[in-house]
Order: sequence, then structure tokens, then C-alpha cells
Amino acid sequence: MVTATKERPVESKTVQSNRKQNILNVKNLEIFYGEKRAVNGISLDIEKNSVTALIGPSGCGKSTFLRSINRMNDLIPGARAKGEILYEDINILSDQINVVALRKEIGMVFQKPNPFPKSIYENITHALKFAGIRKKSELDKIVEESLRKAALWEEVKDRLQKSSLSLSGGQQQRLCIARTIAMKPTVMLLDEPSSALDPISNSKVEDLIVELKKDYSIIIVTHNMQQASRISDKTAFFLSGDLIEYDLTEKIFTNPSVKKTEEYISGRFG
Amino acid sequence: MNTKTSDRIASGIFYLIALIIILILVSLFYYILVNGLKNISLNFLTAPSSNVRAGGGIRDQLFNSFYVLFITMLIAVPLGVGGGIYMAEYAKPGKVTDTIRSCVEVLASLPSIVIGMFGLLMFVNLTGWGYTILGGALALTVFNLPVIVRVSEDAIRSVPRELKEASLALGITHWHTIKTVILPSAFPTILTGIILAAGRVFGEAAALLFTAGLSTPRLDYANWNPFSQTSPLNIFRPAETLAVHIWSVNTQGLIPDVEEVSSGSAAVLVISVLIFNLLARWIGSMIHRKITATK
Repeated sequence: MVTATKERPVESKTVQSNRKQNILNVKNLEIFYGEKRAVNGISLDIEKNSVTALIGPSGCGKSTFLRSINRMNDLIPGARAKGEILYEDINILSDQINVVALRKEIGMVFQKPNPFPKSIYENITHALKFAGIRKKSELDKIVEESLRKAALWEEVKDRLQKSSLSLSGGQQQRLCIARTIAMKPTVMLLDEPSSALDPISNSKVEDLIVELKKDYSIIIVTHNMQQASRISDKTAFFLSGDLIEYDLTEKIFTNPSVKKTEEYISGRFG
Repeated sequence: MNTKTSDRIASGIFYLIALIIILILVSLFYYILVNGLKNISLNFLTAPSSNVRAGGGIRDQLFNSFYVLFITMLIAVPLGVGGGIYMAEYAKPGKVTDTIRSCVEVLASLPSIVIGMFGLLMFVNLTGWGYTILGGALALTVFNLPVIVRVSEDAIRSVPRELKEASLALGITHWHTIKTVILPSAFPTILTGIILAAGRVFGEAAALLFTAGLSTPRLDYANWNPFSQTSPLNIFRPAETLAVHIWSVNTQGLIPDVEEVSSGSAAVLVISVLIFNLLARWIGSMIHRKITATK
């Protein structure tokens, strides 16, 4: 394993209290856009090395919640959060958090593939170089490693210096996943990563996600019920900013305890 | 009238407008080049101008034009692009930012002769420099800064938000993201803005009349010491540019070949602007291709 320079957002305490294998503990999280409340005091624990799916109709607050985990909401003027998200027992919503270091630990892949308009190789090395890795041999190694993990290596190994924009949408999205993997995060946030892709690319990305959970804890927002049931271990159902139900995926999809959940997954609204 | 006819009439009108624009441009070029090219010779380009005799050239004026342009851009581009970055990336929306934006817009719409007068007060009298290249370049900076700020701001704003988020989400700082992701993507648009601004600087006369002056000292092109009075590189010497020269020979020239000199100068001016427009675009697209890895 190559050790990318990993700073903890705040000096990490020995993680012994965290025996229950949760990577994130969310407590009473409220998120506001100006006066409007988008997330109404939700609490949930995210398990380590598992896939957690966030489902719910558009505007239910699931993407807002996801974006708060690596503080991407900081970019939105007027957005603010109350409550706690504990990552290694540290509240990452605190003002004292080094957001840049946090985002190295908690990576994110977006809905629309957004590779940099640079070469495939540079897409991956961009952040590595910033993190201080300069040696060509080391960069080469990480590029190959992360492209392999993203199941893209065989398709692009002969054209690493070509523009990333010459790739298909599905390949671009896997490149985006690869560059996130290259930073060796512990958590990966996926915001509808395959909604803009064709069915074949979609299934490749899904296989990849299942594969990745060995090394990472994954939280995925999806509008695709089949996708959630295929790849996730636990599912959280959001509605109008509330967390309605959070349980094992199997339970949510076969025998949900709340009527709203059942109505939503059977397609009666949303 | 049915929709089909009105659609045809609309298309017809727009074709006509396009035709008018092309006609104006072509006839202007035809007039300038036909009148001017016959007056351009190697001697015309390399001889110093004459105050009284016929047969003077435009060597110093041509050099001055490029040199003033260079100095102006050296000051205006970093300031302007920096201002654009500030407005697009750092300025918080609110009263202060709105005020800055209105100031920039008012500055952009000031007549150049007024900026010349301001330059006379500030860069000629107040500083005690007299007529200098630096004074001229500063006046032209005042005149061009708003354009470059505006263009840079717009270019940076039009970079897709997804790219910025992608970079930040990888744990890269805001400034590094601006340097390595946002500016390269905005580069072609910023370059176009700079070229337009450069064209304005190159052809500007009014703002230079009272700042860089109407005369040029005797220049020794072998003297590369920028602090020497006879060096062409000295920025504290007066410098008449090509555009100012056209104005001055036409209004106060004593030479018998005013017509030839001014039409020749006009042609050189137009051709120079054309050449560096094309050159800048070509270099720009090369750089863009290199950083984006497209062939």
C-alpha cells in the first residue's frame, strides 16, 4: 500500500471507544438554507465497510445530508448545519475542522461525471501532487492501482495521456471514482453516481461499488430502487427533510415498518 | 401574414444585417489597404519620422506603439485578472460587491479623452514625470482595467461549478483549485478579452496625447540600458505612438507628404492589430490544447 500523506482533520484519538464499527454517527443534524430547513434533526449511524443507500423523492434532503458529510455545503451561500456528525469521535461540523484535510478522508463522486479537462493521467495525479507526492514512479503506481480498482485500467492503459473528455460517460464516471480512490479516503460519498449513465455503464459502476466496500465505507444517494436493493446493506428513507426509516436494506424492501416507506418503494408516490 | 412568410422575412433581415456588417468591414479594409499599402516600404518602416521634409518613416512610432502596449499589458493583465478572480471567487454577494461592480462599469464607460486629462493630472503633473511611456501605460491601464476585470470575472463564472466541486472534494484548497482547474478552463475566454483590450490600447490616441506626449527623443536602438535617455526601453521618456502620429501629422504636420504618411501609418496599424490578434489566438489555442491534453 502506498501511503498518501494522510492528515487527520484533527489529531485523532486512539479509536478504542468505537468498537461498534460505525464510521459516522449523526446526531440531531439540522441543515438550513437561509431560513428554510432542509433536514429536520436526523440521527443515524453509518456502518464501516458497508454500503448505505439514501432514498427518497427529490427535495427530501438526502443530497443535502450527503453533501454535509464532507462539508460541500460550505460552498452554498446561506447554508448552515446544526447538530453533530461524528467521524472518529470528532464533530466534523465544527468550525475548527480543517475542511481540506477532511475532504481527503471523505471523498465524493457527483451525479454528473465531472473529469477535469486534462489528460486521464493528470485527472488522477492532480490531487496527489497537491498532497505532496511528486515522484514519477510513485504517481505511476497510484494511477495504475486506482484505475485498476475502478475497473478502468484495461480500457485506458494505452491512452493515459489522452484527454479525459475523449472517454464515454460511463468511463468518465469510473475515472472520477478512480481519482477519489487515489486519495485513499475512508468514506466515499456517491451522489446518484450512475443516474446519467446508460444501463451497461450503470451495471459496471454498481459492480464497482460492491467491490469497493471491502476497503471503504460507502454512502450512496439513489433514485433507483433496484439499485438500492441490489448494492446496499442498509437503506435510509428520507421524506421532506425527515428520516422516516433506517434499517437493513432487506427489511426496508421486503417488510418496511412505516407505511410511507412501503408506499414510496412500491412507487405509489415520489 | 402566415408564420412561414414572417419566418422568411426574419431570416432575410438577419442575412441582410450580416451582409451590411461584412460590407462595412471589407470596404474599410479595402480603403485603408489600397491607400496605405503603396506607401509602405522597408524605408518607411525603418526610417525615423521627419518634421519638415518628405520621405520620413515611422520606425520610432511603430516601436513605441508595441512598447506602450507591452508595458500597459504588464500592468493591466495581472491587476485585471486578479480583480476578476476576486469578483468571481472571493467577493461575498452584497452591497460592497455591487458597489465595486458599478464602479468598474462606470470606469469602463468613461471617454478616453477624459482619462487622458486625468492621466495628465496624475501621472504627468502630480508625479512630476512629465510625458512618459509609464504615464501613458498607466492611463491606458485605467482605461482597460475594467474590461479585463469584467471579462475575467465572466470567464471564471462560466467555468462549470461541477469542476470546482470536483477539485474541492478531492481535498484541494480553494486557491490551488483556482490556479489549476478554474483559470485553465477560463483561459481561452480571458485571452479573447485581453486581445480585444490590446487592440483598443494599440489604436488608442486620445488617452495618450497628454500622457505619453507627441514627441520621441532621438533613440539609439543599440542602447539596451533601460535607464539611459536615448534607450528605446527607457519608460521615463516621451513616446509618440502610431495612432497619435496619425492624428498629429494630420492636424499639425508640416511635412508635404501628410497624406502618404498617415495612410501608410493607418495601414501598418491595421495590419499590426490583425497580426497580433491572429498570433495571440494561435498561441492561446496551443496553450489550451497543451493543458487540456486535446489534440
